[in-house]
Amino acid sequence: MLRILALLALLAPLAAGATDAATSAAKIVKQGNGKGAAPCMACHGVDGGGMEATGYPRLAGLDAAYLQRQLDDFANGARTNPVMQPNAKALSEDERAALAQYYSALPLPAQLAKPAAAKPAAEGERLATRGDWSRALPGCVQCHAPGGVGVGANFPPLAGQPAAYIESQLRAWQQGTRRNDPLALMQHVAKQLTPQEIQAVAGWFAAQPLPARGSTP
Amino acid sequence: MKHLPIALLGTLVLAACSHPASEAPVAAKPAPAASVAKTTSEPTQAKAPPAFTPPAEAEIPAGPLGDEIRRGMAIFTDTPAHAHDYVGNGLSCSNCHLDAGRLANSAPLWGAWGVYPQYRKKNGRVNSFGERLQGCFRYSMNGKAPPLDSDVIVALQTYAWWMAKGAPTGVKLAGAGYPKQGFKPPQPPDYARGAAVYAKDCALCHGADGQGQQVNGRNVFPPLWGPQSFNWGAGMHQLDNAAAFIKANMPLSRGGTLSDQDAWDVAMYMDAHERPQDPRYAGDVAATRAKYHDTPMSLYGTTVNGHLLGSGAAK
Repeated sequence: MLRILALLALLAPLAAGATDAATSAAKIVKQGNGKGAAPCMACHGVDGGGMEATGYPRLAGLDAAYLQRQLDDFANGARTNPVMQPNAKALSEDERAALAQYYSALPLPAQLAKPAAAKPAAEGERLATRGDWSRALPGCVQCHAPGGVGVGANFPPLAGQPAAYIESQLRAWQQGTRRNDPLALMQHVAKQLTPQEIQAVAGWFAAQPLPARGSTP
Repeated sequence: MKHLPIALLGTLVLAACSHPASEAPVAAKPAPAASVAKTTSEPTQAKAPPAFTPPAEAEIPAGPLGDEIRRGMAIFTDTPAHAHDYVGNGLSCSNCHLDAGRLANSAPLWGAWGVYPQYRKKNGRVNSFGERLQGCFRYSMNGKAPPLDSDVIVALQTYAWWMAKGAPTGVKLAGAGYPKQGFKPPQPPDYARGAAVYAKDCALCHGADGQGQQVNGRNVFPPLWGPQSFNWGAGMHQLDNAAAFIKANMPLSRGGTLSDQDAWDVAMYMDAHERPQDPRYAGDVAATRAKYHDTPMSLYGTTVNGHLLGSGAAK
């Protein structure tokens, strides 16, 4: 008995390391970190599903490395946003990493896992799937995967993200207020788009069904 | 053993095919992918090849002929899904013929249709367009040739015919093929420099290991070497083809941004990796090289980094 207790005492700190990060991330999500970072759920929802009306993006189920880089880039200014920059700066590097892991592990919120009813514009579909090669514009899905479900750590999912969020990001790439894209691929592509095209393509992706949890890359 | 002489040959012929930068500056640089055929004519040439713009997709007619054209386009853009029996890897035609086969300087279908039938040194006889398509399946798709009267070949031919509607026949059009005429490396291509270019500009999409990236069992970014890529008989394994394609079209959406040297170096890096065996394999690598790859543009049967290329080919 004593030996078992001793063994447990030895193992406890190891197990606690992992759980501590998760606990602290869950706590920051609900309460903030007490050092200036607001609770994430205030904007991104209790389940990490985002808010369609305000254009706050879904974080649940996104790639952890992608999420962590976004937080790091908000902190260092490669991605600008009046709300997210102060929050990211108020988080420690460890807290940013823990939050990225936390959201990556969250299941897809149930209310998002269904096809949207709206019929998106044909122009949006054409740009999303075929692009316009007379302007060196590939179809968005050539990198963001068919249906916009995303690929790995560098090509995030667009399917089911709020249209207002996709629009704001395309404008940010255009204006250079977001410039943390590898090889400047998005800045280059976004600069070719008209305001009408941005609206159409954002609407198409927002209306794409999200895949069931487990089939996301 | 034959390894050493072949390795030397590989080095020598590679060096021989390049020109000193001072002597012969590159005559015609490939145009970036964005340009339309009509804008690429070279002012120095007495007779510029005629320009052509393919019909818009919205002009595909209704009815059975239109259905066949659309079926050809579907096969072209998602070949494993629509021509499954003939594809041995996960590649699609549109991986190397961008914009569903429409893009100038990306070997567009409208540039190929009118120059067949054609005598090809590759097999020593006159090939119909259908036979040329069979070659794509055998080599680039590492699969097997669909019969000439199969629905796959007929649909692809119909799609190509439609796209070339109104183009002159028997004439090389501006933007046909890959822009490799006069496109030479300033210095002989180099594996180590190519590896650095690859890591910086290619690995993001094609992966550090060259195996592409897949979602739900389907390529989003195609593998560039290894068992799921094109085999040693495919045109893209030749350095001049690969360098010209890369220069004009890669990274996707940023065609024309790599230097000529970078394009050649990274083409050599890609084509100095092992890939599926040439289906014409003649019993040993040296014999196969002598018979089918006796050109400085092929690394098959040469030794790179101590490995005899073609000897460890994936099936």
